[in-house]
Amino acid sequence: MRRSNGAIAGIGELKPQRLTAGVTTLEMIAEVSRLAVLDAGLEPGEIDGLLVGPQVGETPQHVPATIAEYLGLMPTMANVVDLGGASGAGMVWRAAAAIQAGMCEAVLCVLANNREEVPPRSPNRNPIREFDVPFGASGANISYALLMQAHMARYGSKAEDFAAIAAAARANAQLNPDAIFHGKPAGVEAVLASPMIASPLHLLEIVMPVAGGEAVVVVSAERARSLPRSPVHLLGAGEKVTHRAVSQAPCLTSGPLKSAMARAFAQSGTTAGEMSLLSLYDCYTIMVATTIEDAGICAPGQFGSWLRDHDLSHQGDKPLNTHGGQLGFGQPDLAGGMTHVVEAVRQLRGEAGARQIENARLALVTGNGATMSEATALVLGAS
Amino acid sequence: MDLDTLNIAGPTITTLTAPFWDAASRGRLCIQRCEACDKAVFYPRPICPHCWSRRLVWRDASGKGRLKSFSLVHKPGHAGWVPAAPYLVGLVELDEGPTMLSFILTGARAPEVGDPLLLAPTQIGGRMLPAFKIDPNQRRNVG
Ligand SMILES: [Zn+2]
Repeated sequence: MRRSNGAIAGIGELKPQRLTAGVTTLEMIAEVSRLAVLDAGLEPGEIDGLLVGPQVGETPQHVPATIAEYLGLMPTMANVVDLGGASGAGMVWRAAAAIQAGMCEAVLCVLANNREEVPPRSPNRNPIREFDVPFGASGANISYALLMQAHMARYGSKAEDFAAIAAAARANAQLNPDAIFHGKPAGVEAVLASPMIASPLHLLEIVMPVAGGEAVVVVSAERARSLPRSPVHLLGAGEKVTHRAVSQAPCLTSGPLKSAMARAFAQSGTTAGEMSLLSLYDCYTIMVATTIEDAGICAPGQFGSWLRDHDLSHQGDKPLNTHGGQLGFGQPDLAGGMTHVVEAVRQLRGEAGARQIENARLALVTGNGATMSEATALVLGAS
Repeated sequence: MDLDTLNIAGPTITTLTAPFWDAASRGRLCIQRCEACDKAVFYPRPICPHCWSRRLVWRDASGKGRLKSFSLVHKPGHAGWVPAAPYLVGLVELDEGPTMLSFILTGARAPEVGDPLLLAPTQIGGRMLPAFKIDPNQRRNVG
């Protein structure tokens, strides 16, 4: 029996929406938190740990206090986790560590975002703003296009190889009625026919921004046994942060997830090959390609042929992002990364319905922030 | 398209970074070098990111580099760049060591990773920026 470092006892998820009018982020946080705590079978007053994201629109500072007050919680551990798309996964091990340190017993990890027609723009001063933006590089699309071009140049990977990742995500989304692209499959040709945004990156290789929310409740393994849901255990975690701007990346074709995943496998005594589900952060197709290679699932540069040899559906030999990934589900801002945690919990509980993986035992969850900069990996296990 | 007419946000210059932008306005590329470990540093910092020494001095760079990656931007992230699209940005590995992101002037042929680059100061959005162009006299280095 592998050692459990803590357990996910409850999950909550809001159905993605393209736009929310007149709804605040705090209102969405409240609803998704209610769902997760209800699912955990806990009373709100039993939540004594709170982990939140940094980008609560109405609240630039004192975010944990604002949310605690709003929810009527008085946690004995509260923090902002600011790891971009790795925030959701990064919250899970921090919650478990805080419990093991005796700081609290039940931690609510929550991320949600509203989405207004006209998003607020904030001025900022940082090296990217000063040294990248004036040269025409604004936003993440160009950064990931540069990573993709570097992969193609180094390994000879093809546009069709990357498009296959987006097509597989869309295919899996057809079994998730909540996915923003449910009812809208797209094959490799459709992905390649979509507009070029920043070469070599096509529109359908980029997540669709949506409003939404995700939450999980983490308790100790002992506590989880007394709760109604079958616990999902945190068996191992790893994290690494290497840079912020793509220009400062130590490597363009391999990222910090490589060592984060290695640590998560080592802590849990598992290997990539044992995973029932690969729940891999997929802001762009290139991110999945690099993660598959960094996990050691295939040799560097070989993700294209690996994809052709494997079936990524829930019935396949290598189920990958069975909820559709963010490419198929939509990206509710920072909560997008947590969709990979929530789906892994559903699969490991055996509650994934029409897309249930048979006898799901282990899942690899990855989170990624900025430009392949902030990385968190988790190995989760069924009871 | 005259790049100089673009209505785009300029850099947010600080006291520390002013020497870089002053040099850029005169068509030069000036970066820091650490006197303690002898490594070149970009972007400008108060301490060397390699050895944390404060002994950083400004030096003119050779203006030579290598194209580490590039993207032809069709849909810019900022509206001010729309009139210039599609335009080329690239990661420039300077001969001195550090990598910077820059605007790459399009030439007679399509760019390839490994292409040798030369500094090509260019008026963009009302200011002179250290852009680059493919060096026709050097061979590609995939390295
Ligand atoms: Zn130094």
